[in-house]
Amino acid sequence: MNMATDLAPTPTRPSRLRGLTKRWRTLPLAGRVGLSLVIFWILAAVFGRMVAPYEVGAIVSDDVFQGFSAAHPLGSDYLGRDVLSRVLSGARYTVGLALAGAMLASTTGTTLALFAAASGRWVDEAMSRLMDAMISLPSKVLALVMVAAFGSSIPLLLIIATVTYVPGAYRIARSLAVSLNQMDYVQAARARGEGRFYLAWSEILPNMIHPMLADFGLRFVFVVLMLSGLSFLGLGVQPPNADLGSLVRENTSGLGDGAPAVLMPALAIATLTIGVNLFIDGLPRRGRRSDGEA
Amino acid sequence: MNTTLVLILRRIGIAALTLLLVSLVVFTISSLLPGDAAAEALGQSATAETLAALRAQLGLDQPAHVRYVKWLAGLVAGDPGQSFTNDLPVRELVAHRLPKSLLLAGLTAAVAVPLALTIGILSAMYRGSPLDRALNVGTLSMVAVPEFLVATIAVLIFAVKLRWLPSLTLVPENATLAQLLKVYALPVMTLSFVIVAQMARMTRAAIIDQLNQPYIEMAILKGVGPARAVMTHALPNAVGPIVNAAALSLSHLLGGAIIVETIFNYPGLASLMVDAVTSRDMPVLQACAMIFCSAYLLMVLIADVCAILANPRLRA
Repeated sequence: MNMATDLAPTPTRPSRLRGLTKRWRTLPLAGRVGLSLVIFWILAAVFGRMVAPYEVGAIVSDDVFQGFSAAHPLGSDYLGRDVLSRVLSGARYTVGLALAGAMLASTTGTTLALFAAASGRWVDEAMSRLMDAMISLPSKVLALVMVAAFGSSIPLLLIIATVTYVPGAYRIARSLAVSLNQMDYVQAARARGEGRFYLAWSEILPNMIHPMLADFGLRFVFVVLMLSGLSFLGLGVQPPNADLGSLVRENTSGLGDGAPAVLMPALAIATLTIGVNLFIDGLPRRGRRSDGEA
Repeated sequence: MNTTLVLILRRIGIAALTLLLVSLVVFTISSLLPGDAAAEALGQSATAETLAALRAQLGLDQPAHVRYVKWLAGLVAGDPGQSFTNDLPVRELVAHRLPKSLLLAGLTAAVAVPLALTIGILSAMYRGSPLDRALNVGTLSMVAVPEFLVATIAVLIFAVKLRWLPSLTLVPENATLAQLLKVYALPVMTLSFVIVAQMARMTRAAIIDQLNQPYIEMAILKGVGPARAVMTHALPNAVGPIVNAAALSLSHLLGGAIIVETIFNYPGLASLMVDAVTSRDMPVLQACAMIFCSAYLLMVLIADVCAILANPRLRA
């Protein structure tokens, strides 16, 4: 199962379509629910602003912290803005930033791992030690120190996400590369005199793409949770921009009234991350690792 | 026994070295400030002379490596300097907050560990059954839920609708045990949520790893039921990996604590750190960051040592 071919707009040739429906049928129920949630949030991030009923910043209701109604399906927030429109716009920040962050972390990690595998023992040893040291910095502590030093901005949030999650991606990619390096077809290519970087690029990389895509999904979840956590503390995406975590923060005063304005953005994050997790868990088992590691 | 000792000592050495590296990283990042603390503190009223005087007083006029060595020496001696924002020594601030964070962490561990072990062992025992599948989807979802959603829903149910528990964690003086339990219920519940899920999944994986071994097949072939196969055959061999899993999951406590202490307005170390970030109080921030990193490294060290001790090939 390949995430990229499923999620990217693919040419609708009949054979392609049949392949996709077959893959859908092999997914367990939880995996289908997960994939549907993921597709829903990606569509919301891309087209959300076009279908949003109101302007993001517009104050459209006299009542603050309204409940569900026909005019405001998800109620109104602490200033009387439409929560549905704000959640759709927040999803764009959350999904977009996390996709970019996870992409940066995964590609950097994979590239470094391939480089380490291709460059022989000393480079490999030095790089692995460095990554081990980086992995022992708790991610939230590192993020807080960096925000305090540089002030929060969107480029900094991307840098934080990358620095935090490169070591994990590197570790997985390196162990894959090391075991693939021992395979017969790689040995054969080596015996016919191919260079190290040709081996890494043309023989090893294509065979680690699938497990690395699954790993990318997990990393995406970590980045979503970290960035929305930072925004919730008021240290992530800064106003007037707001991601889903900022929406929870700005509406916490409505918690006592049980306002949907505080619950809905939090639920949005949870459905996104749970969706990715369920989808990845439903993929065929080959080359997957257990969870619980950052 | 000797090889075990050597392995453990090496782990401790690596941990100490990593901590030193971490201190270097924390110090480097936090002293790369674009505007320095002296300028920030004086604001508009800064003149060249007052700025220079305050810089000298804060020790900011010295080169970075001198400051690093001084800071590290102070840290080791238990004196991490003076807070920028209020003129208290950082040590006093930390001493006030640290016990509260430790209490919260201890209570959470006391709740989370037994619960996680039960879930993990149950789902390994009935591997592949509807119960196992339901627990799998449940824990998989719990891992991915942000702490503030758990906290929000818990407050909505228990504080707003049912009015059983307070939504802020204010610990009264001379509280009775019942009062304490009531006050701590919500934060402990929230913190346990994610940790239980993680630990249960790792416990299940550790036991199932054992269940795939030939000796379990042998036990089942001689007529042992699934419960006995897990409890008396697989579990003793999985203790090492399980303790390892528990320690690793508990090391995630502090990440969750940062969010939970903020939501429930709990006066612990994590909320002190968040405040320090907002007010750019670097000495406090550095001290908190180092305490958190040490705690994290300690948990990982314990996990590693347990893994070494549990390896029967190293037992003399």
